[in-house]
Amino acid sequence: MNTRTARFLNFVGGNAILSRDITRQLFTRPFYFDLLSSQLLTIGVRSLPLIFVVAISVGMVMALQFGIGLEKFGGKLYIPKLVSVSITRELGPIFASLMFAARVGAGITAEVASMVVSQQVDALRALGTSPVKKIIIPRVLACLIALPILTVIGNAIGLMGGLFVGVLDLNLNSGFYLQKIEASVTLADFFSGVGKTVFFSLFISIPACYYGLHVQRGTRGVGIATTEAVVTASILIFIGDYFLTKFFWIFESWK
Amino acid sequence: MEVISVNHLRKMFANKTIHRDVSFKVKEGECLGLLGGSGAGKSVILRSLIGLEKPDGGEIRIDGVDISKLSEPQLYEIRKKVAYAFQNGALFDSLTVFENVAYALKEHTTLSDKDIRLKVHDLLKDFNLDGCENLFPNELSGGMQKRVGLARAIILGPRAILYDEPTAGLDPANTITIQNLILHLKESGTTSILVTHDMDTALRVCDRICFLDKGEIEDLGSVEEIKKDRTRLMSLFVRG
Repeated sequence: MNTRTARFLNFVGGNAILSRDITRQLFTRPFYFDLLSSQLLTIGVRSLPLIFVVAISVGMVMALQFGIGLEKFGGKLYIPKLVSVSITRELGPIFASLMFAARVGAGITAEVASMVVSQQVDALRALGTSPVKKIIIPRVLACLIALPILTVIGNAIGLMGGLFVGVLDLNLNSGFYLQKIEASVTLADFFSGVGKTVFFSLFISIPACYYGLHVQRGTRGVGIATTEAVVTASILIFIGDYFLTKFFWIFESWK
Repeated sequence: MEVISVNHLRKMFANKTIHRDVSFKVKEGECLGLLGGSGAGKSVILRSLIGLEKPDGGEIRIDGVDISKLSEPQLYEIRKKVAYAFQNGALFDSLTVFENVAYALKEHTTLSDKDIRLKVHDLLKDFNLDGCENLFPNELSGGMQKRVGLARAIILGPRAILYDEPTAGLDPANTITIQNLILHLKESGTTSILVTHDMDTALRVCDRICFLDKGEIEDLGSVEEIKKDRTRLMSLFVRG
């Protein structure tokens, strides 16, 4: 078996074991709500400025691009619908998740890996406590809670960005723009977009913790693990996006 | 009665044999010194004794329980009885000195905050660390970090303590402080294993000394015997 195959199998097996441990220990005492709230602050609240900048940029650029393209065909009136559905269903969740992977995924891996290198994880075990409970579960839960909420906020900011450009640059009426958003975006659009981020948060947090816990070669390994975590999360988000879009599409058709 | 008993321990990392056949016993209240060249696997033995490393063969008994067959949650109970003092302290860098030392009390006891505070303050005083409660590990010297790590390890009053080079890198005054603390704990009946390169510390605090060489234990016997013939110990280090 070559090294790449072995590493891939290690990754799959390691993540499966970690997911099993998380699931097993999630519902057993003790519960560390203080650690969860501190992670929600670090992971969730402190990601808001980044999500704000990305979301408003995407909304504004989307409106501008559609405006330039559709003006040639007299289709400017479709801009609110196109921008709002694109952001809600696809671009909002994807951009929020990628930014989240870059900021939070990298942070989790670097922090956990540093704790492994400095033997803090061994110390937790030696003191009779579970590193999965103390380190992993608060971070995974915080990602699971924070990313969908950040996506909802990001979607709203993105739509506002589109509205600004629509009104200020493309001379669309603000009332008309808001009315079109309301008419175009359905609950199914909203939930299919936000629903995907629940899975994306797991694609980000669990591999990030795995790479952190399995860091090798000291401090140099921390950098390598961090890069691997972000690349892996990004790939999983893109591949997962196709299957999840298809899943929600089938689900919506079936309903 | 034996508190720690290691029988025919085998351990490999990748293709490298660390322990070929290691056996020893430590009686209640006894301090066993574990000496050997760098990379001989002394720390791996200590890590194996609390299940941080799983042996590839043999058995490790703590109070008669074979811990090599225990799962991680089952090992938590053993780890409350057998404390591990890490070589570099391994302090939690996001917690203060007080929080580090109080950690096990908060996790495993129902003591009130006031009682925890009193207990931690008393212990820190014993370690000449009073006044350092609110400092973070990165604000401490190496010697202070070691002492905080030691205080954290013994706060629950363990039955046995595993010391991983507790005096390495310390000045003579702090070395004597640590030696006195180990002796004090020994006098109170705590069983201990001391991994060290510091012969003076080993000869002062240990009852017996073993030398680890080529994956096996060479029993040198009691400290009194070694004191009579120190050249024998030196020759083992040179050969190892």
